[in-house]
Order: sequence, then C-alpha cells, then structure tokens
Amino acid sequence: MMEQKVIAVSGDEAVAYAAKQCKPDVVAAYPITPQTIIVERFSEYVANGEVDSEFICVESEHSALSACIGASLAGARVFTATSSQGLALMHEMLYIASGLRCPIVMAIVNRALSAPINIHGDHSDIMGSRDSGWIDIFCENSQEAYDFTIQAFKLSEDHDILLPVSVNLDGFILSHSVENIKALSDDYVSKFLPERVPYYTLNAERPITIGALALPDYYFEIKRQQDEAYKKVLSKFKEISKEFSKFSGRKYDVIDIFQIDDAKIALIGMGSTIGTAKYVAKQLRKKGKKVGVIGIKVYRPFPSKEIIKALENLKALAILDRALSPGALSAPLGLDIKALLYEYDFKIPVINFVYGLGGRDISPKEIVTIFNRTEKIAKEKTMPHGYEYIGVREK
Amino acid sequence: MSIKSLKELPKEEFFSSGHRMCAGCGPAICVRQTLIAAGRPVIMVSATGCVEVSTTIYPYTSWKIPWIHIAFENAAAVASGIEAALKKLSKDGKAKKYDIIAFAGDGGTFDIGLQALSGAIERGHDFLYICYDNEAYMNTGIQRSGATPHGAETTTSPAGSVIPGKKEYKKRLTDIIIAHDPAYAATASIAYWKDYMNKVIKGLDAKGPAFIHVFAPCPRGWRFPSNQTVSIARLAVETRYFPLYEYENGKYTLSLDIPKPKPLEDFIKPQRRFRHLLDPKNKNILEELKIDVERNWERIKKLCSL
Amino acid sequence: MNKLKSWKELPIGGVILEAGSSLEYKTGSWRSQRPIINREKCIGCLFCWIYCPDSAIIRAEDGKVDVNYDYCKGCGICAVECPVHVIIMKEE
Repeated sequence: MMEQKVIAVSGDEAVAYAAKQCKPDVVAAYPITPQTIIVERFSEYVANGEVDSEFICVESEHSALSACIGASLAGARVFTATSSQGLALMHEMLYIASGLRCPIVMAIVNRALSAPINIHGDHSDIMGSRDSGWIDIFCENSQEAYDFTIQAFKLSEDHDILLPVSVNLDGFILSHSVENIKALSDDYVSKFLPERVPYYTLNAERPITIGALALPDYYFEIKRQQDEAYKKVLSKFKEISKEFSKFSGRKYDVIDIFQIDDAKIALIGMGSTIGTAKYVAKQLRKKGKKVGVIGIKVYRPFPSKEIIKALENLKALAILDRALSPGALSAPLGLDIKALLYEYDFKIPVINFVYGLGGRDISPKEIVTIFNRTEKIAKEKTMPHGYEYIGVREK
Repeated sequence: MSIKSLKELPKEEFFSSGHRMCAGCGPAICVRQTLIAAGRPVIMVSATGCVEVSTTIYPYTSWKIPWIHIAFENAAAVASGIEAALKKLSKDGKAKKYDIIAFAGDGGTFDIGLQALSGAIERGHDFLYICYDNEAYMNTGIQRSGATPHGAETTTSPAGSVIPGKKEYKKRLTDIIIAHDPAYAATASIAYWKDYMNKVIKGLDAKGPAFIHVFAPCPRGWRFPSNQTVSIARLAVETRYFPLYEYENGKYTLSLDIPKPKPLEDFIKPQRRFRHLLDPKNKNILEELKIDVERNWERIKKLCSL
Repeated sequence: MNKLKSWKELPIGGVILEAGSSLEYKTGSWRSQRPIINREKCIGCLFCWIYCPDSAIIRAEDGKVDVNYDYCKGCGICAVECPVHVIIMKEE
C-alpha cells in the first residue's frame, strides 16, 4: 500500500482531482448543476498548468460527448461529466460512443430529470440511459467517487473492453458535501494508470473508416460483438480492483456486501443511501436484528451471479430505487432483481420501494421502516406486487 | 501554392470508385475536387447525409483517408474533439497531426448542424468545414431545408394548389458564418473547379476555422437529366443566383463578377423542382425569387466594395 | 458476393479496415448508356476527369483519357462538358 494524503473535498472536487491525476488528453464538458464544480475545478487545474489537458468549452452536452468521441477515436484519453438534462441531451451520443467502442470516462452527478425541473439528486437520469451500452458504476461516498474515477480509465481503455464508463455520484448529497478522502500521490496514479494505448489510430498509412452504414445484413453482428465485450467487464473490474488495492489498501468488488453472512433480511440499492442503510443496519444489529445491506457498485453490466450469491441465505429482500420506471411492473432495480430471482429459481419475497425523487431526503427512521416491512414479508411469506413509495406525502 | 492546371494534379486519388452516389451526383464531384485539391491525406469527419451513406455501406468504403462518421448534427463538434486530441498527442510525440476536414450537406450545416458549427468556430479550432449544398435533405428523400430556395418544390414543400412550393427564403448561412470572423470563408461551385480547389487549399492553409459553402446540384432531387449537373452549377453562378466570394482578414472579395447576368429562367427552366414557377399563376413567386437573387447579389457586391 | 462474416470475424466497432474496398462493387452495371471517347480528337484538357462523379475517367500515359467501364454509371456529364465535343453517349 502506498503513501496517501487525506484531503477534505466535496464529491465533485474528488472527481476533478482524480481526473487530473489521470492526465486526460482532452476534456470536453458543459456545465450543469450539480456537476459544475467538476468542470470549474478542472478548468482551474488547466489554467494553472497543473494538468496538460486540452479543455474544450463546448456549447452543449451533445457536443461535449461528440467531441469526446472524436478525441477518443483519435487516440486520446478523454474525460467529461454531466447530469440530468445534459445526459438526456447527449442521449443519442451515448449509444454511438458504446457502438463505436470508444474509451471514455464520464462522471454523472445524478440529478432528477425534468419535468418539473429539479436540480437535486435522484437516479432518473442514469436509469433513462441504462440500455445505452455503457458500463455504469455507482458510488456510495466521495472516496469511491475518487477511486472509481481512476479505475474507470483503466477499465474503459483495456483492449478487451473498449467501452465507455460512467461513474455515478448522487447530486448534492455526494457532489457538494465535504468528506475526508485518502488520495494517492500523482506518481502512484501514473504507475497504476499508464498512458493510453489506443486500439485504432487515425493515420494515412492504414486509413480506416469509422461509423459506416451497417444495413440489416451486418448491424446485428456488430451489435452482437459489442454485447460480447460486456461479458468480460465484471471479471476485468475485479482484476483492476485487485491491482488498485495494492496501491490504495481499498478493495472493491462489483457489489458491496455488508453484514450479509448471517443476515435474515437485507436491503439492496445504489448510491449514497447505502451509506445511510449501513448505519441503520449497524444500529439494528445492536438490537439483535439480523439485517444486511448490499450496495451495487457495477450496475451495468448487471452482476447477476454475485447478487444471487449474496442473497442465498436471505428470507426476504427490500429493493431501493431512486427512480421510477413509469408503467412498468416495478422500478428499475426492482425489475432487474425480480427477473434475476426468477431466472435462478430463487423464491424469496421482495418489496420494491421508490424513494428520494428530486433530492427528497431519506432518513434512518424511514430505512428502519423499510427493514421492518421486509421482516414482515419474510415472516408472512407474502410477495407484494409492484412497488411502493416511501417519503412522499400521500395526504 | 495554387492550382493552375489540371495536368499538374496527381492521378492517384484518396477517394475510390464503387460508391453508390447517383449517376451525375454533384456532391460526388465536390468530394473528388476537395481531395484532389488537398493532395495529401486528411482526416475527414462526415455528417450523416448522401455522401456519408453512399460511400460507406459496410463492409465497403470508398475512402482512402482516415474517415469518421458520428451523427447528423455534430460534424463540427467531432472535428473539434479530433483537433484537440491531435494537438495534444502530437505535442507529446504520440500521434501525427493531419489536416481535418468536416464534410456535411446543407442539412447537417444550415439547420441541425448550425449550433455545433457556430461553437467550433467561436472556439477557434483549426479545421476546414465544407458544406456541400444540394438545397434540401436529399438523403432522406428530398425534404426542404433552410437552404432550399423560395418557391422550390420538395416533398415537404410540395407545389400544391394552395401553397406552391417553399414559402421561405434560402438562409444566408455563409454570412452567418462570416459574422463569426473565421480565419477564412468562401462560397464555391463545382462548375468552377479551379476557383473551388484553390479555395480548398486556402481553407486548409488557414490557421483557425475555415468554411466553404459549395454549390453541388442534385439531378435526382432537382429533377434534371444527370448530364446537366455541372451546367446547372455554372448557370447558378452566371445568373447571380449563387455569388462566388471569399472572406479573409475582415474583407469580402468577389471571386467572379457577373456584369451581364443570364436571366434566372435559364437556371430555373431545366429543373422540374421549379416547373410550377413557369405557370402564369405563379408569376409572382418567380418575381419574388428574382428580387431575392438580386437583393443578395447587390448586398454581396456592396460588402465586397467596402 | 463473398460469404457474409460472423460477428467473431469482424473488426471491433464496425470499423472498415480496408481502404477503398468499394472497388469491389462494380457500379458499371448501373448504366444504360456509355461514353465513347474519340481519342484522336481528345485534347487532353482533363475537364471530363475533374467533373466525373465516379473517378471513371482514366488519365492515360499519353495525356489523353479513357473510360473505366467497370464503374462508369453513364451520367453523361463528360460528354456535355467536353469542350471539343469528342465524347458521345451510346445506348448499352
């Protein structure tokens, strides 16, 4: 484990700092609350010569990702960041970035999608883009935001992967709250993450055509090939995490399991709420309740095997979603888990809660309620249909 | 360095036969003239459109240069990213710098692509943007664009009994771009190969963003016989419909004066997209178009005399 | 036509590695008329060469031109633009 220094930074600042240490060649970004601190901090680094990146102040998020794709195809290491409406605006480009196998790292400071307009944290932005073919990583705290930004470059640029990666952190809750994090030294980041070796280059000796029109006779094969790369992501993530732990002492897995071994019930979700849930779980344990928490780190590709293994001794599970999938059987994560349980023929009752939309806080008390409800369905062996809301005023 | 004769140009091209553009396609001529003028490998970023789709049907490509297509509206944004990447990578000795040409139709430039182009010029990226203007969204089936002239028939501005053709006028795009004060800007026509090819060279040599608006007729969309493409591109200039000029260092310069213009009818008559304008009941529309052409000519001449 | 490749055989990301591979697609089959050049009278001005949309005019060693019938689509621009009218279009 290498020497690290403790710095007090907000989540956005942690991401900007990590990005700086990764020395991206090109950063093309457009400001949007609550991601703004990332681009502002990075601009300062560039202006003060602390990083030698070409910073393109693009005129929209759509152009931000377009420029990143161009730069990535030209062989550069690229970084960008956005939230909510910005992510929605670059939506068509997300699919193109993954379809053209561009290594790109994008920090998404999760914020609610309009309408109504809201600048606070929820997961509706990333959930609207979960089929775009990106690798989606979720952070529980600023340390993870820092650590995953660095690891994301290594994952994205790996020649077995070549897929764009999003590092998701909750708007305002993580992006703007100051926490202490342990930061690696510049040298060690460079050692862990050497310069990018592009897969293709743009040169006159072997001129290539990128972005051809694939008619029905070829489109399917090209997409099939892209899908195959996903199968390698989880094992590659684990490899990279293992190596990262040698530098940092912090080891990550595709899911984070907390007090699961002898748990009877558990809660599963993503983002900063997992931190609150762990706190509540600790309190409940003191009262003799056997509860556990599972935080998903890599949401796409979905870590089916790892989650099923974590659930194997549970009697019931609560699924927390910070987004809706209007008109669907359940909210996004709810859909994933219910499908997973069916596929593995694992019949435990689950209860899906939608919480925290538009930055609505979720309190430890509400999490206790969730655990209590879960305990109830475990006892009664009942399976509630659909999903419920927690934290919204019903009357 | 400027081109004086065709004989001095190299025989080998960076664009090969076998592409699927229509017989007599104006933009195809534009592509060839562009790359012959460049005379060296460039990186081309193409917007979605006739040229892009017809030259890269997987697994066939007509391009012998590094070529990238991303989407419809962002050729300029993608070019910006490549320019920045090569600037940095070549500085670090990791990549070779090439000239970058963003190539898009009037669809991907006048309308959906205007934002990205405006942003790229404002940021001062060193690249050449070439807009091949066939005056409609041809690739999707001849729908009207901001570049479609007043009175022209397209599938979304049909010559109907109540509304005969496009009501609006052609967007003055080149002048919008000139208002950004780019390093170089010009209009050109595929019929005037020497003028166009020398402008390409100037655009590539210019330090900063350069823009060329090229008139490239479409036999299919404008409905004239495929052998008339170059002749129509010539008539457009000879009737003052499409003035040829340049902008450099804050100054407009006329490339070709037309003291005795041919009547606009010479340009209109061979094209069936304008046929309804020859009907007496649409006389006023033809008049409006003529007035617009004259106004534009006078405006450009005035700017060139400043 | 070659057998279509499986997804395992394709380069990553739908990239085409072979520059100018469209040469395999002979567009000459499109035309309904073909240009015939009277070589004796050709003045080698190369206008037909610079105006051909398909690079189907070949610049010969003697400075004159020939037609590449593998790709010529028969648009007829060369015949119209030839300043000495030595190209005629003949029905296929």
